[in-house]
Amino acid sequence: MKKTDLNALGKVTKFIGMTALAAGVSLAHAADDTIKVGVLHSLSGTMAISETTLKDTVLMMVEEQNKKGGLLGKKLEAVVVDPASNWPLFAEKTRELLEKEDVDVIFGCWTSVSRKSVLPVVEELNGLLFYPVQYEGEESSYNVFYTGAAPNQQAIPAVDYLINDLGVERFVLAGTDYVYPRTTNKILESYLKSKGVDAKDIMINYTPFGHSDWQTIVSDVKKFGSAGKKTAVVSTINGDANVPFYKELANQGVKSEDIPVVAFSVGEEELSGFDTAPLVGHLAAWNYFQSAESDQNEEFIEQWHKYIGSEKRVTNDPMEATYIGFNMWAKAVEKAGSEEVDKVRTAMYGIEVPNLTGGTAVMNVNHHLSKPVLIGEIQEDGQFEIVWATDEEVPGDAWTDYLPESKNLISDWTAPVNCGNYNTVTKSCGGAVATGE
Amino acid sequence: MSQEIKGGPLTRLIMNDKAGRKLLLVLLLVSVLVPLSNLLVPEGSLFHVSTFTMTLLGKYLCYALLAVAVDLIWGYCGILSLGHGAFFALGGYAMGMYLMRQIGDRGVYANPELPDFMVFLNWTELPWYWQGFDQFWFAMIMVLAAPGLLAFVFGVLAFRSRVTGVYLSIITQALTYALLLAFFRNDMGFGGNNGLTDFKDILGFDLQADTTRAALFFASGIALIGGYLISRFIVTSKLGRVLVAIRDSESRARFLGYRVEWYKLFVFVVSSMLAGVAGALYVPQVGIINPGEFAPINSIEIIIWVAVGGRGTLYGAVIGAVLVNYAKTYFTGAFAELWLFMLGGLFVLTTLYLPKGVVGLWAQIQEKRRSSSGGPGGGQSATAEGKV
Amino acid sequence: MLSVFRQVMLYLAVLCCAVNAHAAADSMKPDTELHALAQQLIDAGFREKKALTEALVEINDPKTLEFSQVMVNGDLYYRKDDRVVVIKGEDKITSFFNGEVIEIASSRDIKKISVNNSLRTILRSGIARLQIFSPVASVRKQAAVNLLKSADDIDSVTLSRAMAEEKNSEVKDILSLVQGIKSLESGDSATRLAGIDALAGSLYPDVRGALANFVRAAESDGRASEVKAATDALEKIEDLLRVNAVIENLYFGLALGAVLLLAAIGLAITFGVMGVINMAHGEMIMLGAYTTYVVQQLMPDHIGLSLAVAIPAAFLVSGLVGVAIERGVIRHLYGRPLETLLATFGISLVLQQAVRSIFSPLNREVATPDWMAGTFMINPALELTYNRLYIIIFSLVVLALLALVLKRTLFGLQMRAVTMNRPMASSMGIRTGWVDALTFGLGSGIAGIAGVALSQLTNVGPNMGQAYIIDSFMVVVFGGVGNLWGTLVGAMSLGVVNKLLEPWAGAVVAKILVLVFIILFIQKRPRGLFALKGRAADMG
Repeated sequence: MKKTDLNALGKVTKFIGMTALAAGVSLAHAADDTIKVGVLHSLSGTMAISETTLKDTVLMMVEEQNKKGGLLGKKLEAVVVDPASNWPLFAEKTRELLEKEDVDVIFGCWTSVSRKSVLPVVEELNGLLFYPVQYEGEESSYNVFYTGAAPNQQAIPAVDYLINDLGVERFVLAGTDYVYPRTTNKILESYLKSKGVDAKDIMINYTPFGHSDWQTIVSDVKKFGSAGKKTAVVSTINGDANVPFYKELANQGVKSEDIPVVAFSVGEEELSGFDTAPLVGHLAAWNYFQSAESDQNEEFIEQWHKYIGSEKRVTNDPMEATYIGFNMWAKAVEKAGSEEVDKVRTAMYGIEVPNLTGGTAVMNVNHHLSKPVLIGEIQEDGQFEIVWATDEEVPGDAWTDYLPESKNLISDWTAPVNCGNYNTVTKSCGGAVATGE
Repeated sequence: MSQEIKGGPLTRLIMNDKAGRKLLLVLLLVSVLVPLSNLLVPEGSLFHVSTFTMTLLGKYLCYALLAVAVDLIWGYCGILSLGHGAFFALGGYAMGMYLMRQIGDRGVYANPELPDFMVFLNWTELPWYWQGFDQFWFAMIMVLAAPGLLAFVFGVLAFRSRVTGVYLSIITQALTYALLLAFFRNDMGFGGNNGLTDFKDILGFDLQADTTRAALFFASGIALIGGYLISRFIVTSKLGRVLVAIRDSESRARFLGYRVEWYKLFVFVVSSMLAGVAGALYVPQVGIINPGEFAPINSIEIIIWVAVGGRGTLYGAVIGAVLVNYAKTYFTGAFAELWLFMLGGLFVLTTLYLPKGVVGLWAQIQEKRRSSSGGPGGGQSATAEGKV
Repeated sequence: MLSVFRQVMLYLAVLCCAVNAHAAADSMKPDTELHALAQQLIDAGFREKKALTEALVEINDPKTLEFSQVMVNGDLYYRKDDRVVVIKGEDKITSFFNGEVIEIASSRDIKKISVNNSLRTILRSGIARLQIFSPVASVRKQAAVNLLKSADDIDSVTLSRAMAEEKNSEVKDILSLVQGIKSLESGDSATRLAGIDALAGSLYPDVRGALANFVRAAESDGRASEVKAATDALEKIEDLLRVNAVIENLYFGLALGAVLLLAAIGLAITFGVMGVINMAHGEMIMLGAYTTYVVQQLMPDHIGLSLAVAIPAAFLVSGLVGVAIERGVIRHLYGRPLETLLATFGISLVLQQAVRSIFSPLNREVATPDWMAGTFMINPALELTYNRLYIIIFSLVVLALLALVLKRTLFGLQMRAVTMNRPMASSMGIRTGWVDALTFGLGSGIAGIAGVALSQLTNVGPNMGQAYIIDSFMVVVFGGVGNLWGTLVGAMSLGVVNKLLEPWAGAVVAKILVLVFIILFIQKRPRGLFALKGRAADMG
């Protein structure tokens, strides 16, 4: 062994030590004249396809807010990090945002697992996360506001539509094997049974992420659909697996009139990567479609096109959820007169901002929104024709009423309950108790 | 490695390994000072290490141990495993299962027995393979036994039928890929894609407390030092020399009468256990274990840490793991859009221009400096050479 | 491009038709029942539309058929200011009622008369009824098949007339099935039994559905003999279906095998022949797929032709990138196969990010040409999808061409010479450097061609290559490194085994079992299915 190696090592280790110290030192507190907004969306890896758009949306909202003079006389400053679709990295980056960058609010996450990974960190450090994607429910954290749809704001109305308007009696619940489809399908199964659908008339199928060979499954669906009862597919198939799925449907000649597919994870943005011609007539359930007619929506789309520099870019539901979340947060900061997490959170309850479909979104005490539910049919141009909408806004339900273990649970983060999973029968709080004031 | 084996085991371990000695010293200092400065030095002081930094460094230490495990088999025995992430993940899952059981009735459904994900998947009782994980000692045994057993079975099959080289690499990749798919399945009972998360405490200590984090960090440092010494012990023993012989020419070693497969099997199992320990320490610090850790791409990354650091030196692996991961942390923060270019470029440049890694580069520079200053010629580099 | 073209056409339309636009206004709004109904459709919500559409298909007007067809295709619009009903064609807008070309200033001036699924169902059944007397046999056949879904909608008199007039035996058979379904509803037990008899053995899904419904109804009414007859008929159908399902599954297996083969052929060259552990192989496939996308963007009006252009283009693009990688990086690493893994892995990261930066992280839309859509129908329960059929053929053609290049060309000879004994080849005057570069380019180019084919089946996005890399390696190793024949047999058998396991084990477990099988197989035959003998085998 040569002496020289020692020097090398010595220097390398010194370097590491220095950077470690530097990282520690840079825990400088945010300058008083800015409010820091953390953006925690994957810009690389498998989820970049969906999340990059949301990063851009937040940046656009920040820019717009700054044009209006910022908040409380301070400028907003966006801090963008890339958790790279890596779930442990989400937790690490959250810690970086909260401890090192000292951000006042975080907009971020897409997948359930990324949210679950971030959850302990925001709770420990009392951060504030706005989560803008439809999800499986069964959660209500003191530190998270859920602006996407809960199952009762997407899945259940969609199935109601299938039963009442299309006369569907037989259901294929097809999903990617992860928690959102599992939970949604479980809720739907229980709901369908309560509506008198026989167990024989429900087929449940799970496939892995990025599943690309749908021949057998589509063929099975076809056979399942030829039993004399109107059949529909309720799809919670995620992301990349959708293109080959719909292509296989088209190729095997499954038409939307025969076996309609209603999807909960296919929006305008996903469709922009599809050849939509064979998909016309298949359905999606969301709280927002780009085709919704309202002044706010027109303005938002125009803003988006200008910001992103392309008329071709579409808008979608998670973008609306981000829009609502951001505006609510901004309004709550104004109302509280402070960007401090605890004050903002208190100000959030009951706050109202216009949504993009012409109504008003309200933040409830369970940290979920009241939103309208829309059902759209895919058109050839990649947009949705809205064929059905709820008459009024549906309040998001953190704990579904259709599962035995959660039907007695409610979430209410205001006094006197002050609990995310309060059991109304035993009158006790399950686990998550507010730790702040 | 060219010198005779002489002196007692301690001499072999420590005295003949100057670079390693220095590294151990640094590691020891880091393991002690970082937690102390996190706990004792007041926030805002120049010498305070934030919890964020400590957790980050703790993660690096776990990766470094994993890299040492890979270097042990790749650098010294020529086994290129593209599936070592699987052993790391298995160790992590064993720890994760213990931590899940510790949650008890503090889960959202307040079920004292079953983890939350089992409750909502309608499981009525704990599956057999979850039994015993409420005991720390049992979980710790499994941290070693689960990866060790898998490595043993796999190794017996592969080494006895003389699967070598790229073939071995590809089937190790198949192994971790199959496990990835299996663990993704919710029906497996390991939490599917979400994996295991929302841990509360370990041995009764709150995982979110700074003291617990400091202790975990310290444990990671000590584990790395221990893992390094074990590996060092193996490669400096007679066994280690046989391993190098196998690496350089397997058939020659076999013709000389060595039972090649058993040597390989032994070191493969040891390496898998080290990886398991790394995984077990990693999980409580990052707070989540999920099937993503089985992804073949992760295993390839481990190889790259070792290659960047310098293969066949053990301390090179440590340096490589810390360096690449630091670069990753830095780039993903500073150049979110460009970091893959930089990382990719780093790998290409390393293989092209630094076949012996960073450690080798340094040696080269020193060599030049010395020969130009007319100093004494510096013998054989510590970097083990030989064909891949 | 397309929109520019449309703009120009619109402009021309404006120029020639502006003069007589107003004179034509009256004939655009004829005083017919159909026109009145169309006006009602404009204002109706979907619930009212349903009733209106049901009335529409009953209207006895020569234009009813055309109206329904335009409407079902979603091409029916109206002009907002004067409520003239128009057809939105590819490049022009014409008035529905008198066929005149209409000029509009902006696309916002016209609005769609939207349809949804239930309207489409009504329309299709209406169209079927109107088309059952069409002079074209294929149209009549489609109409008859559509009637199977809605046998109630056609009255017995019309149906009998159609059957009497029908000369084509195929269409006649389907019509008799329609009649069979209708007679299940009959009040007379003998007619019902005759209907069951007519339906037994038919593989049309709608027939099976009708019988199943009949069984349910008959069971609740306690008509035991009919239940038995219908159940027997259903069982006969089920037996036939089972046979068909096995054949179908084998086809699925071959189709999956063809995908694996396509993905792996390129790797069989770069990894199998050259010994480079080419982790960037998947990205070569991705580049091929993106080339297809770019080609389609350049020729949006010739989607059918685009694939023919894309194949050589993708070969060139991926091939050139391959040559560049070989010259730039890999040639420095020969003799160190495992280090090629690291370098090519780095390259794959760079290529992914490059594509992400250039084309955005979103998936790109690659259109399927019409000739690739649809199915080749052997019988109603066994339809072979054209795209898979073409891909099976295509993969075999690519493999055959490659084998030809290797065996019959000078380049192939030199390539084999270099792999077998480099110094010897070099001393015989072969420029080994160039042979290496071209070989790697060939392998990469073929991966690019695979990308063209795969763009028809799956996503075109930056992560696309990752999905195929592991499978490709498995195929090559399983088949035996350095052996094209092994790659073919390996890919096809893995595809078929996977598909045979799938109905029994599910998609994921099937895949896991295949992986475990490969691991165990390699223990038995460490050099794969078709191992090379001798010196060439001793690599790595």
